[in-house]
Amino acid sequence: MTILSYDSTLEGFLTTVFEIFEFKYQEPQIIKKDDLQHNMFATPIEIVTDITKSDRVIKKLTDQLQNDGVRTLIYAFLSEKVGVEDLLYKVIHYAVANKSKNIMKDFSNDAVLQVSQLTKSVGREKHRMEAFIRFELLKDGIYFAKIDPDFDVLTLIVPHFKNRYQDQKWLIYDLRRKYGVYYDLNDVEIVEIDLDKKLLKSDSEIYSDSEINYQKLWWEYFDHTNIKERKNTKLHVQHVPKRYWKYLTEKKIF
Amino acid sequence: MNYDKVKEKLEILADAAKYDVSCSSSGGNRKNTAKGLGDSSATGICHSYTEDGRCVSLLKILLTNFCIYDCAYCVTRKSNDIQRAAFTVEEVVDLTINFYRRNYIEGLFLSSGIFKNADYTMERLVRVAKKLRLEHNFNGYIHLKSIPGASDDLMREAGLYADRLSMNLEIPTESGLKLLAPDKNHQDMIKPMGFVKNQLIQYQEEKKKFKNTPKFAPAGQSTQVIVGATQENDFQIIQVADHFYKNFDLKRVYYSGYVPVSNDIRLPAIGAQVPLVRENRLYQADWLMRFYGFKANEILDKNNPFLDLEVDPKMSWALRNITQFPVIIQNASLEMILRVPGIGVKSAHKIIQARRFQNLNLEHLKKIGIAVNRARYFISVSNENSHLKFLNALNLKEIILSDTKSKFENPFSNQLSLLNDNSFLR
Repeated sequence: MTILSYDSTLEGFLTTVFEIFEFKYQEPQIIKKDDLQHNMFATPIEIVTDITKSDRVIKKLTDQLQNDGVRTLIYAFLSEKVGVEDLLYKVIHYAVANKSKNIMKDFSNDAVLQVSQLTKSVGREKHRMEAFIRFELLKDGIYFAKIDPDFDVLTLIVPHFKNRYQDQKWLIYDLRRKYGVYYDLNDVEIVEIDLDKKLLKSDSEIYSDSEINYQKLWWEYFDHTNIKERKNTKLHVQHVPKRYWKYLTEKKIF
Repeated sequence: MNYDKVKEKLEILADAAKYDVSCSSSGGNRKNTAKGLGDSSATGICHSYTEDGRCVSLLKILLTNFCIYDCAYCVTRKSNDIQRAAFTVEEVVDLTINFYRRNYIEGLFLSSGIFKNADYTMERLVRVAKKLRLEHNFNGYIHLKSIPGASDDLMREAGLYADRLSMNLEIPTESGLKLLAPDKNHQDMIKPMGFVKNQLIQYQEEKKKFKNTPKFAPAGQSTQVIVGATQENDFQIIQVADHFYKNFDLKRVYYSGYVPVSNDIRLPAIGAQVPLVRENRLYQADWLMRFYGFKANEILDKNNPFLDLEVDPKMSWALRNITQFPVIIQNASLEMILRVPGIGVKSAHKIIQARRFQNLNLEHLKKIGIAVNRARYFISVSNENSHLKFLNALNLKEIILSDTKSKFENPFSNQLSLLNDNSFLR
C-alpha cells in the first residue's frame, strides 16, 4: 500500500491522481495532509499541487466522461466525506481501464453508484442553499447572509446568485469553513475573513432602517399563507429539515 | 411605506389567496441582462414550505378581496361577512421587489377578486406586472390570474409581461358551476384560455422566424379544479383534465381538496375533512398521464369512476391488467418499465442505462432507488425473485397492502385524536 497526502484542494487531489498513474504507485490510499496524525505508522508521500497536472487530468476525464461526468466527480469531492478520495480514484481507475465506455452510467458498479449518490446529496445541498439563504440588508447597503451547509457548496452557488442579483451588493458567509463570497456590483471574490462579532450575533444596530419591517412582513405572510385545516407537520419537516431553520426569517422569533 | 397598514392588508389578502394551490415557478426563461434584478430558474425553487407542507415559491396574494361574484365555494364571495382590503399597485410592486432581494421568493402570483368588471380588474393586474418589468427591470417569475371575461387586448398585454397565466375552472362541470356560482359560466373562462393558447402558438411560430420576438407567457397556462365540493366523480375530473391538456395545451391542472369555508347547505359543512387522499390520488393519475404514457381511459372508465384510495393508480392499473406482467427488466421497453408499480421516471431511465453493463438483480434495483417492495411482485430479474409467485394470486392486492404502508394512513392523527377518543365523545 502507498499512502499519498495532499493539501485538501481539488487541484491537489487531481495532482495526486496524475502522479499515481505517472509513477505507477501500487494500492494507493489518498489522505488529506491535515489528517496525517491518524496514520503514524506509514510514511506518506507528500504530493505538491501542480495546476498543469490537475488540468491534464480534467482534460483527460472530460474527453472520456464529458462535462457531466467531471461535474459529478467534482460535486462528490466537495462532499468532504471521509475516504471520498479513494472512492473517486476507484471510479477514475475504472474509467481509464474502460476507455471505450462512459462508465458514469454504470450504476451496477459500487464505486460509481456511491459517487453518484454523493453527488446527489451535494446537489441537493446546493439547491437548498439557493432556496433557504435569506439576505438581510445592512446599514452599508450590503445584502448579507450566513450559511452553515453540510457540504462545501459555497463556490457552487455563486453563478446562481451572480445571475440573479446584479444590481445589489451581497455577501454570503460560510460560518463553518470561515470564508465568504462577496459581489461588489461587478465581480464575485472569495473573502477569507473572521466575521465581525456584531454580524455574527445579528446585532440589531447593523441593519438598515427598513430591514426588520420587511422581515416581519415576510413572517406575517408565511403565517397567513398556511391552511390550518391541512396541517401536516411531518411533511413540513421533511421539506424543511430542522437543521435549516436557523437560516429562515419565517422561523425567527421576533 | 406605512408598514403597519401594509401588514394588515397582507394578512387579509394572503389569507384569501392561499386556496389557490399553484405555486410553481418553473418554466420561466427570462435572463438577467443589463444588470437588472432577478433571473428565472428553469426548474423553479421552493423557498420555504408552509406548515401544511406546501411549497412557498411566490408571493401569492390578491390585489383585492372585494368581489362582485357570490361563488358558494369561495371565501371572498360577496355575501361572506369578512374584512375587505385592497393593495395599491405600488404596494404590491414594493413588496415583491423587497422580498425578492432577500431571496424569500421567486416572484409574484397575483390574483384578485373581481371589482366593477372583468376588464377593470384585469387592467390593474397587468399594470402591476408591467411596472415590475419595465420600471424595475425585474426578471423574476410573474404568474397572473386571467379574469373570466377579460378582453383579448388585455390578455395579450398580460402575456407579454407574465410568465404564466391561469384561469381556474374551480368546478369541473357546467352543472356544478350553475349550482354553486350562478353568475359564472364556463364559456367566459374558456374564451380567454383559448385566446392565450392561440397566442402561444402564434408567438412560437414567429419566434422561429424572428429571433427578437418578445416572450409570451413562457411558462404557459394552468388551471385548478376543486375536488369534493360538488358530486363529480374522479372519472369526470380526469376527463376534464385530459380535455384541457389536449385542447388547451395546459402546463398543469391543479387539484384542490375543498376546504370548507361556508355553512351553505349545498357544500360540505365547516369542519368536514379535506379529501387529502383523493386529492393525492388525482395528482398521481395526472402524473401518469403526463409522464408515464398512460391514457385517461386506462386510468378510469365509466364503470369504474373512482380512484382506489388504498393503492396508487399505477398499482391499481397493474392489478387490473395482470396479464401484462411480469415485466422482464433486462429487455423490456422503457414504456413497459414505466408501467411497473414502484418504478419512477428517473429510475426507469437508470435501469435502461445500467442494464447495458450487466444483468440486473433485485439488489441492483434497490440501490438504484426503486421501491422494490412494490415492484418485486411484477418484475422478472436475473436472480430469483420469490415474490413473483404471488402474481396470479387472487388476493394479490391484500398481499401487497400488508407489505407496504401508506404515509397517508392516518393523516389527521394530530388533529382529531380528541374526537377519536370515545370516552371524550360520550
